[in-house]
Amino acid sequence: MSANFVALAYLIAAVLFILALKGLSSPISARRGNMFGMIGMTIAVLTTLTITQNLIYIAFAILVGGAIGAVVARRIQMTAMPELVAAMHSLVGLAAVLVAMSAFYNPVAYGISPLHASNLIELFIGTFVGAITFTGSIIAFGKLSGKLGSKPLHFAGQHWFNLFLGVVMIAFGIMFIFTQSWTPFLIMIALALLLGVLLIMPIGGADMPVVVSMLNSYSGWAAAGIGFTLNNNMLIIAGSLVGSSGAILSYIMCKAMNRSFFNVILGGFGGGEGAIGAGEVEQRPVRSGSADDAAFLMGNADSVIIVPGYGLAVARAQHAINEMADHLIKNGVKVRYAIHPVAGRMPGHMNVLLAEAEVPYDQVFEMDEINNEFADTDVVLVIGANDVVNPAAKTDPNCPIYGMPIIDAHKARTIMVVKRSMAVGYAGLDNDLFYLDKTMMVFGDAKKVVEDIIKALQH
Amino acid sequence: MSSAIDPVIINLTVFVLAVVVGYHVVWNVTPALHTPLMAVTNAISGIIIVGAMLAAGPEQLDAGTVMGLVAVILAAINVFGGFLVTQRMLSMFKKKSK
Repeated sequence: MSANFVALAYLIAAVLFILALKGLSSPISARRGNMFGMIGMTIAVLTTLTITQNLIYIAFAILVGGAIGAVVARRIQMTAMPELVAAMHSLVGLAAVLVAMSAFYNPVAYGISPLHASNLIELFIGTFVGAITFTGSIIAFGKLSGKLGSKPLHFAGQHWFNLFLGVVMIAFGIMFIFTQSWTPFLIMIALALLLGVLLIMPIGGADMPVVVSMLNSYSGWAAAGIGFTLNNNMLIIAGSLVGSSGAILSYIMCKAMNRSFFNVILGGFGGGEGAIGAGEVEQRPVRSGSADDAAFLMGNADSVIIVPGYGLAVARAQHAINEMADHLIKNGVKVRYAIHPVAGRMPGHMNVLLAEAEVPYDQVFEMDEINNEFADTDVVLVIGANDVVNPAAKTDPNCPIYGMPIIDAHKARTIMVVKRSMAVGYAGLDNDLFYLDKTMMVFGDAKKVVEDIIKALQH
Repeated sequence: MSSAIDPVIINLTVFVLAVVVGYHVVWNVTPALHTPLMAVTNAISGIIIVGAMLAAGPEQLDAGTVMGLVAVILAAINVFGGFLVTQRMLSMFKKKSK
């Protein structure tokens, strides 16, 4: 098939990818958008098949990979989405490195022989971004799935060592461009792989949403970089869409945690769990109540806002909370959910977890949409969340999370907090919200408490 | 013009325009769908499959084509896994059904 025809088919696929992302502006159009994305990918793959040989081998490889992907997509638990996404980033990174090596091995296959200096520079960039994405994502996957400890790992002078490693890697990259030989190319790849490990190792569990978004972005840039080498617009366009998407998500996550991007990447406060926490919490009196008290208060309220955190998912209480909300709604109570951007372990994670529990999405609101409503709300039920409702973030300039946007739960008339104990959250901070006169603590496992509330509501 | 445009410039043009489009489209994505967004961009970054297929394309099997075939498998996992898990997530988002 002619190169022109192929390029036009790629253009159609690119437009379909843009429509796929555009569809995600609302849950109604999102499914159609995803369909556009699938059609776009099908067009891109079928078109490419017409200009390659070894059809049987390639078709077999697609079937093998496709089958693995399909099985994983069906089986994966929604709580494990961050791990899945990290694992998939690593595959793109590795694929990019393999394609780059193959392109250097046999440039004729891509019609880019002889290789120009510009090809080599692009090859170098695409390869090292791919290699960093590959190993960095494996580390992120290990941390998210609990296979590696989520604690940050530091050693003295790590940042300087990374910088040194980066400079050496670039030096070998330049040597590769001038000599066009395998040795500097392979050394450069090895250094980039090592750098990926060292960059992600020092970042703590709480910062993983930023890291996952960042690696999402890298995987896109790697694909775009390879596209430059191969003069392939399909790769450039799709890669750039992914790259900018990941970059925006990283920015949103950083802003939600009031951290600068460099602060996260250089590691630091993200591992504060336990380090500052234990033992330092002063003993202050709190008011505690039972599930029956909670049921009584909510049953008699006009409006209830539920503030879920990841603890809700850990306790597997999503379905119970939806059942509780149904009971309240039947009794004429207005029930809504308020979601902080970092409520889950990746951007938008809590929304998916609630959707899985069949919570209708029109009851679920983002922090900015609902924060003005708390002053007019009778009862706020904070469940599995802690730092994101800590008013000290607004009032205490000495507080480590000062400036972080929070959900204004403290403005409601009554606050109920479901919690296992008075233990501190990720940031290792005590929470003033728990000691307000209008706050009632309900101690216990989130699922157990919610089930008890449901029982009490049924009477 | 006396000389043809360097392909690098054409690539750069396409790249910059795609970044601008991506920037605007992604800011319009509702925060509630940020996880599906990440899953679908995972699938889209599986577009590296196109490069992998070209690498696996030459008739003579050698180290280059084998690396290409391995890359095709990896990218296909992303393409299928990404789109299917996105579809699964999106089908959970429902308005009040009762």
